[in-house]
Amino acid sequence: MSVKVEELVREEHPMEKLLRMDRIPHIWCPTCGLGTTVTALAAALEQLELDLDNVAVVSGIGCTGRVAGYMKLDSFHTTHGRAIPFALGLHIARPDLKVIVFSGDGDLISIGGNHLIHTARRNVDLTVICVNNFIYAMTGGQVAPTTPITARSATSPYGNYEHPFNLPLLAASSGAVYVARWTALHVRRLTTAIKEAITKPGFSFVEVIAPCSTLYARLNKLGSGLDLMKFYHDNSVIRHGADLKEVDIDYQSKIAVGKFIDIEKPTYIDCMNEGGKRAFGDKYKPYGGGNGGN
Amino acid sequence: MKADPKNVLTGSHYLDGNYACAEGAIAAGCKFFGGYPITPSTEIAERVSQRFPLLGGVFIQMEDELASMASILGSSWGGVKSMSCTSGPGFSLMMENFGLGIMLETPCVLVNVQRGGPSTGLPTLPGQADMMQARWGSHGDYEVIALAPDSPQESFELVIHAFNLSEKYRMPVLVMTDECVGHMTEKVVIPPAEEIELLERKYTDKKPGEALPFEPTSDGVSPMIPIGKGHKFHITGLTHDYRGYPVINAETQEKNVRRLIDKVNMHADEIIWLEEKDVEDAEVVIMAYGISSRVIQPAVAKARKEGIKIGQIKMVTVWPFPEKRVRELAGKVKSLIMVEMNYGQVFLEMDRCAAGKCRTYLVGHAGGTVHNAVDVYNTIKEAVK
Ligand code: SF4
Repeated sequence: MSVKVEELVREEHPMEKLLRMDRIPHIWCPTCGLGTTVTALAAALEQLELDLDNVAVVSGIGCTGRVAGYMKLDSFHTTHGRAIPFALGLHIARPDLKVIVFSGDGDLISIGGNHLIHTARRNVDLTVICVNNFIYAMTGGQVAPTTPITARSATSPYGNYEHPFNLPLLAASSGAVYVARWTALHVRRLTTAIKEAITKPGFSFVEVIAPCSTLYARLNKLGSGLDLMKFYHDNSVIRHGADLKEVDIDYQSKIAVGKFIDIEKPTYIDCMNEGGKRAFGDKYKPYGGGNGGN
Repeated sequence: MKADPKNVLTGSHYLDGNYACAEGAIAAGCKFFGGYPITPSTEIAERVSQRFPLLGGVFIQMEDELASMASILGSSWGGVKSMSCTSGPGFSLMMENFGLGIMLETPCVLVNVQRGGPSTGLPTLPGQADMMQARWGSHGDYEVIALAPDSPQESFELVIHAFNLSEKYRMPVLVMTDECVGHMTEKVVIPPAEEIELLERKYTDKKPGEALPFEPTSDGVSPMIPIGKGHKFHITGLTHDYRGYPVINAETQEKNVRRLIDKVNMHADEIIWLEEKDVEDAEVVIMAYGISSRVIQPAVAKARKEGIKIGQIKMVTVWPFPEKRVRELAGKVKSLIMVEMNYGQVFLEMDRCAAGKCRTYLVGHAGGTVHNAVDVYNTIKEAVK
């Protein structure tokens, strides 16, 4: 069966509804893991059939921090590490919106680490998608709090010797109600996880293991971004509900993936309303967001 | 628009400056407060946390000042009037996201109850040494608006005014009080709600797809874009064009930064608020702001009694600096004096604008207490020679 070329050429980009086409091409390198991660977010939003007017995305700084700029949603590119507290303010002002934080490991875990743990502790109804490429990419490949021991970076030229964070354990022990990890090549499973995270009331955390082709792969001589993406995928072991103490990632080791945590807990606003009722009885009106009717 | 009576504690009260700031914010319709405890500003947060639950507002004690400032920007973009307060080291930590607020042109109010610095300095004692930090504390070029109340009554009024200015000029506005004003308890008269005029945010009337977050306008202030209405706008702390998209080149930088500067400078005459007394025929004019404008009164009264032609200017707004007025006066008077609890911060601006046309004097010290009236008096005697 022969197919005419014209039939293959599509007028529109399949994600046109969700991308700012006036900003494409993006700045990301070829075979960077960010592309498929954004695809998973877009697919999740489409499949959830949400009213896209009611979805906002907030990013910090870094390669992943640029995601907010490419999504055709109300979108905020904030300061380094502060995407979560900015998103917290936005969410409290407008609890009717779905607020998604999309940022990288350096941004969310290092400079923004304090905000991550406290916002998880409060169980604020946010979805945090953390793309972990094990390195500071935007600034040129420096060591991150996620860099595995022995991996090289621009500032660990002889191999990293610091213990990295185990992100699912960090998020879960801080209070997140939904925690999952997938690699950038698990597009379908990642999409499902993002859908579940968005739907889940409370603080959800999805870690995405993604290759940084230009820096991490090159500095560690791990082949192309595609090779590394395949490596992560092929070396992942699905372990839903795993003991999170055992999901550390060693250098080029097996990677435990799956849905680790999915529990019910009152959200920050639920707790605030509960506290209000406890203190004031019927005089307290449950918080509904906005300017409080003014 | 008038204040909502629900939010206004109309009547005569005995309040300290910090509580008065909180009441001002509540009267102005503030419904989100992200704060972090720090002496001597904490009572503002405490009062808000006590008053908000029955008024439909949210007080949240954030994990640090970085988060406090970021959270009020987020809530402001969510359409809610938002505020934070801090002191000393907390002000330094807030500078990062204060800059984001300036760059995203986000209305909000930040109160700094100044204490002695640098570093941890004097947590429980006053200072006015954050004035240049207020002006230049975040990196980059921009203009700010800063108000300096001298009493609990003014704290109440100026916080409301700060909210109005922040909405009008679409930017964070600073209220630079100090430990003395913050902890001084005096009579505060809160008027009926219908006497409190509030300025509401100007939103674009353009349709999604047509509205730009930083659209050029004749008055230099772009209307805001509401969230959740299908505009699907983007804003960034990077240098951006009218669409809010990052554009990293010198030309866009020029337009972006000029807008931040011009929107304040264009309206400087309207924003600047000076209270002048006996300035017309003065040979010496003494300038001060905040608590220092009250502390100088005995010395000024004694000098006038002795026949010295001294006038005074209380700066209700410190930034933008009243450049025009100081230049005018410098051509007429023998001397200008600045009294402030620091070693010459706003003095530098006064001296610059005097441009050698008159003598300039600083009555300054490192903070920890207000000025000794004798020092002020002695400087007046010197200045009139
Ligand atoms: S530097 Fe690395 S993380 Fe950044 S876009 Fe390139 S490949 Fe992706």
